[in-house]
Amino acid sequence: MAWADLIILIMVVLVLAGAGAALFLENLLGAAVATALVSLGVSVFFVILRAPDVALTEAAVGAGLSGLLLALAAKRLGLWRIEVQQDSEDAGDSSC
Amino acid sequence: MSEFALLTLLIGALSLIAIGIGGLVLSRNLFRIVLALSLAEAGANLLLVLVGFRRDAIAPIIEQGHALTATMVDPIPQAMVLTAIVIGVGVQALALSLAIRAYVAYGTLDMNVMRSRMETDISDAAGAQPATSQHAPAGGRPLPPISAPRLAHNKGAQG
Repeated sequence: MAWADLIILIMVVLVLAGAGAALFLENLLGAAVATALVSLGVSVFFVILRAPDVALTEAAVGAGLSGLLLALAAKRLGLWRIEVQQDSEDAGDSSC
Repeated sequence: MSEFALLTLLIGALSLIAIGIGGLVLSRNLFRIVLALSLAEAGANLLLVLVGFRRDAIAPIIEQGHALTATMVDPIPQAMVLTAIVIGVGVQALALSLAIRAYVAYGTLDMNVMRSRMETDISDAAGAQPATSQHAPAGGRPLPPISAPRLAHNKGAQG
């Protein structure tokens, strides 16, 4: 039982760190990925709380579909600023 | 599932709601406000499932191995949360589309810049000077509402 407690404690700390990263990261695309990661961790908590159907939906819809929506909206808003690829950034800005 | 683990999950769910609401109130970027809304929603879902938990119970699914009278966790919050997850993604899609429309209209995602541009537009439509600060909302205009001749005079002076 002590091992299970430790694993749950570490998972809670990781999820809260992901929530803080979603609020404080400068890169907004990274913040969107952190939000999807928080959703994935919460789905693990649902499995632990014996709600496997909710965990399935949260992982597929909350992490997958929501992350896809956020990434597409970030592309439309011109937030895909990756410093390494200057050419693709210009192309993305002109397509908006 | 020990007492400590349940308490940890409860604190985690409440902290997630607090972080989400704090980001919702304190952020200035529209995209980050949508992210904070998603965080608060995940915390609320976790809290609801945690409320329906029972100790030493099985998942609310009838299987071959378990007796029909076995103790199950409460299935009602789980069904509600299942609905709330899907509705949350719909709300998020709506908020993102509104943010995209606001970005197209005002050219920025920052709430402060957007508010100043919006006030400039409203002042232009009303024919008044734009605001210079929060303490002079109409930019030196006297406090009573302007009358029609003065409005015409202002328009003539500007044109």
